[in-house]
Amino acid sequence: MTAVRIPAVLRPAVGGEKELDIDGATVGEVVNTLAERFPSLRDQLLTGDGQLNRFVNVYVNGQDVRYLDGLGTKVEPRDEVRLLPAMAGG
Amino acid sequence: MPKSYADLLREARATVPEVTPAEVAQIRETPSTNVTVVDVREASEWEQGHLPGAQHISKSYLEQQIEGVVPDRDRSVVLYCAGGVRSLFAAQTLREMGYSDVRSMSGGFQAWKTQGLPWKMPAVLRPDQKQRYSRHLLIPEVGIDGQAKLLDSKVLLIGAGGLGSPAALYLAAAGVGTIGIVDFDVVDASNLQRQVIHTTDRIGEKKVESARRTLTALNPDVTVVAHEEMLVADNVERIIAGYDVVLDGTDTFETRYILNDAAVAANVAVVHASVFRFEGQLTVFQPYEGPCYRCLYPTPPPPELAPGCSVAGVLGVVPGIMGLLQANETLKLLLGIGDTLAGRLLLFDALDGAFSELKLKRDPACPVCSDAAVEARKAGRPLAAASVGGETPFVLGGSLASPAEEARA
Repeated sequence: MTAVRIPAVLRPAVGGEKELDIDGATVGEVVNTLAERFPSLRDQLLTGDGQLNRFVNVYVNGQDVRYLDGLGTKVEPRDEVRLLPAMAGG
Repeated sequence: MPKSYADLLREARATVPEVTPAEVAQIRETPSTNVTVVDVREASEWEQGHLPGAQHISKSYLEQQIEGVVPDRDRSVVLYCAGGVRSLFAAQTLREMGYSDVRSMSGGFQAWKTQGLPWKMPAVLRPDQKQRYSRHLLIPEVGIDGQAKLLDSKVLLIGAGGLGSPAALYLAAAGVGTIGIVDFDVVDASNLQRQVIHTTDRIGEKKVESARRTLTALNPDVTVVAHEEMLVADNVERIIAGYDVVLDGTDTFETRYILNDAAVAANVAVVHASVFRFEGQLTVFQPYEGPCYRCLYPTPPPPELAPGCSVAGVLGVVPGIMGLLQANETLKLLLGIGDTLAGRLLLFDALDGAFSELKLKRDPACPVCSDAAVEARKAGRPLAAASVGGETPFVLGGSLASPAEEARA
């Protein structure tokens, strides 16, 4: 199980949870599991062909997965996965 | 046996080695030599000009202050005064204190100037400024030179709202000499829960005017430049020209992308913050040294995923905290001290009371700051123009709020 931090803007889609423990050996598996459990998250996280939306960044232990192996980035049980959409409020 | 002045001077000459101004100039030009040059004249003499890079300790404070300036007793020290006498006596004192390599510059600053060697005028503050900024002057990393730098600096705030208000107050208090504010809006009652630069009796007043009144009342040293217009692709280049640092405190993606693209092209650092309810994000976009906004977020989210404060709400202190952190990054950039947040995204969660940090990287394919993008811009064909914030600015859509309402939040 990998801890996934859910940003405030996505929390309504997961019942208000701030952090969820999700199974998966890669970022892609974790994201897909999330999207299956919480279907309204799917459109917010993934494009039609299953790629990460470019306005959502995913970090594993503080590193952007775009500069690791993308959705193929391996995750271990103690890793922290963080979803981070852009926000504009000022 | 009482000693005369001549006796004391003879003794000092016999014990303290002297160097000529030409030798000092040569020592300073040799990169491998580590020597500290200390001016022991009075402050009023120092203010008339001194050797570049010299430290100043009045002879009357020498014993008290030398260890702060030269902690290492084995470091080479050259002292000078106006004519070469006071520095001889001062050098004797340092030798008594255990400094092993102390020399006195013969002929002093007068001889240095006569020989046509370079010297500079120090930054000088008025007496009232010395009092106002005394807590800055006490910090070695700021001091008179740093304070003078701040007074000479120009900072542009995009928005006098939740982020811009606290940032502007503290930057003005710190003595940032010119503060530009871009805001086309008027003060609304719903702003006052967090936009602390405005007041109840100014509801309906232009935000730039309200901000100017507050800032100049706080610190008359500050010149407030009001840009009462909406930042758009057509005016961004003109508005940001001449500013040292830009603080992004807007409430729309459109403005953030427009600002980013222009700031990268103009090579101006942007201190970026955004807030949502209990959360804040902060970083510094230092063009070509770290990532830019498009490296971090290549495209904006759809409006339903990114409501502004006017739609989603925000705890008032969150922009307060993030705005002050923006002011902190700005002061560091202006003073050239510390490590900025370039390449790091600082996240704040008010409910957890926790900060966390993410690493950011430059996107080698960035349409704005990559090498290819720079080349394209030089050739007059900017890569980003076709997408967000370029020639065809995207529109957030009307489902949540009109652009005007968004920008007001």
